[in-house]
Amino acid sequence: MDMEGGTADMKKPLIGLLATSLALGGLAACGDDGDGSSGSGKIAGEITVLTQRTDIVNTVFQEYKKKFEAKYPGTSVKFEAITDYEGEVRVRMNTKNYGDVLLIPNSVNADQLPSFFEPLGTVDELKDKYRFVRNEQTFDGKVYGLAITGNAQGYVFNKKVWTQAGITEAPKTPEEFLAALKAIKDKTGAIPLYTNYKDGWPLGQWEGARGAISGDPDAAIKLGQDDAPWTAGKEHFVIDSLLYDAVKGGYTEPDPTTTNWEQSKGLLGTGKIATMMLGSWSIVQMQQAASSKDDIGYWPFPYQTDGKFHTVVGGDYKNAININSKNKATARAWIDWFTDESNYATDQGGVSTLKNAAMPSTLADLTAAKTEFIELNPAPKGQEGLPDKIGNAAEIALYDGKYRQGIVDAARGAKKESKDQIFADLNKKWSQARAKLK
Amino acid sequence: MTSSPTRPRRRTRRRGPVTPYAFLVAPLAFLVVFTYIPVANMFWYSVTSWDGLSPSKEFVGLDNYVEIFTRPELFGVLKVSIYYIGASVVQIVLALYFATILSFNTRLRNLFKGVIFFPYLINGVAIGMIFLFFFQPGGTLDSALGAVGLGGLQQQWLGNPDVVNYSLAGTSIWRYLGLNFVLFLGAIQSIPAHLYEAAELDGAGRWAQFRYIIMPGIRPVVGLSFILAISGSLSVFEIPFIMTGGANESETFVIQTVNMAFKYYKFGLASAMAVVLLVIILLVTWLQRRVAPDEKVTLS
Repeated sequence: MDMEGGTADMKKPLIGLLATSLALGGLAACGDDGDGSSGSGKIAGEITVLTQRTDIVNTVFQEYKKKFEAKYPGTSVKFEAITDYEGEVRVRMNTKNYGDVLLIPNSVNADQLPSFFEPLGTVDELKDKYRFVRNEQTFDGKVYGLAITGNAQGYVFNKKVWTQAGITEAPKTPEEFLAALKAIKDKTGAIPLYTNYKDGWPLGQWEGARGAISGDPDAAIKLGQDDAPWTAGKEHFVIDSLLYDAVKGGYTEPDPTTTNWEQSKGLLGTGKIATMMLGSWSIVQMQQAASSKDDIGYWPFPYQTDGKFHTVVGGDYKNAININSKNKATARAWIDWFTDESNYATDQGGVSTLKNAAMPSTLADLTAAKTEFIELNPAPKGQEGLPDKIGNAAEIALYDGKYRQGIVDAARGAKKESKDQIFADLNKKWSQARAKLK
Repeated sequence: MTSSPTRPRRRTRRRGPVTPYAFLVAPLAFLVVFTYIPVANMFWYSVTSWDGLSPSKEFVGLDNYVEIFTRPELFGVLKVSIYYIGASVVQIVLALYFATILSFNTRLRNLFKGVIFFPYLINGVAIGMIFLFFFQPGGTLDSALGAVGLGGLQQQWLGNPDVVNYSLAGTSIWRYLGLNFVLFLGAIQSIPAHLYEAAELDGAGRWAQFRYIIMPGIRPVVGLSFILAISGSLSVFEIPFIMTGGANESETFVIQTVNMAFKYYKFGLASAMAVVLLVIILLVTWLQRRVAPDEKVTLS
């Protein structure tokens, strides 16, 4: 066969292949540009909004889209709902293509905000109109995100079961709470307290009691300055002791490793589970899973300072503008409309970001228990997000729940560690990480 | 295509020296883009203190590696791999057994081949979910045990820290048995049939046939399976991650690495851990090759 002659013939297909692979690469590069509508500051053109609400993106959010587009003709809103919002968006933020409006992932450190998001205004400008702008997702006096809704902290419970066990008033101390769990265990067939251990994050919700125990708006700041937060009397000691004692007392699910979050909602709704320690955002979901809305109650963390319950009200995810957005004006209009006019927070049973809006009916039980609502104070300059930085450096990750899985394991005897050993170990890791960060 | 119809004798000139390279462009491009560039990046991240987000990556030299080797607890999780190494031995023996049996004229052999290979085709996440229900208190396993009068064996298959790794390793056997099985079956079927005939004429039984024909004939494939099994056992991830998330003493080295990157945001350290695991696996593979060198098989 004439090999030489073949070479010339085959060059064209080779070039074709090369061209194809180049084109593939080129396509990927183009993805960044998007459609590049007006950057002129006019409210028009298309924006992409990232949301974590995969459950209502095709229903409730479509209504929002209609209303917004009617108010601002010439605009068009596209949603991208993401299931693993935290994980996925953080990785995506390494590119420029992370939507026009997005929720700031919780893991973004305050000092990183200016690199990724457009400031929405100064704290002073916004603080009279909006909640949660004083200390959350702010840096250097500038606000980078407006909360979509707000939450109080405490535990959600099935009223029928608690009443059946003879408890009709919120327990005031961890001991009373444990006694209540015992009564539930003895008098009803329900699991007194469900940890949702397997999913991990529900255990992170226990961290919400930070500030509610001391009733001190400076709780987070003090945590960042503390070398031993797991010392008797301090907040983390109280929170994690309660968890440990509840598991040790046998008041939690028998096999924590096979829990299932979606199922657990129905179980609480129908009274097979009595209690779960979760933020107030969970109330609406539990009500939906219950046969009657009135079966679901919500009480503050069982601890009183100065004879009063406290709960920390904080913002949920915050809407922000991608600093690389080509359509910042429309993005801003969407955020303002969403916060001021969509009524999302109230519809979802949350605390509205608008200061002049009333507290939602879902929190009536908290009010009835004479709970004082507090907002945490902003950290001093240079200490923004410090407790979480220390937590990550120490590999404790306060909001993640992984370290609390260890506490559950020890309490149920799956790990040979006493409560004192665990707390001493946590204190040691914490103080070492704190020393390194200084 | 672009060819001009006027050229004569086109069809006979199929194999220009450039052709193979042309066909290689696409797979090589994928390999470079999706394997080599990420690996190169990993090496770069491993000498930084990057948090996975920050636009700047601070070079810290070998600090991450120093940290790994001064924190023995990071290697403590490797003991979990021992369960999986044990499981892979069981898995290879079972696969060898089934492959041998089904290479002879067994009734319904095609059905059994399908049954054994099928789990390998199922998505790992689905398998994790299935076995989560299987191991639940009062789940499939407990009911089955109760039905055959072994109710006394019922326990927390995932909740008991002494049992959890056996449960997970058992799931892993179920999942990967099919792959070993198919490899062995293919190798066994490439052994010329006349060897069996000759052996039978000489009066060799099934065991003797296995011992003197099949085993030597498929030795390289068995060796390969062991290498894959060991490196797989060191880097177990999917099944324990989905089923327990590494909780309750079932954390493996890779789960620990993922947590380091995505829970504590220490991408630099996590990348360095990945590099260390890579080196460990290369080392173990090299050792295995030294201990059991590859022999050329000649069967005819």
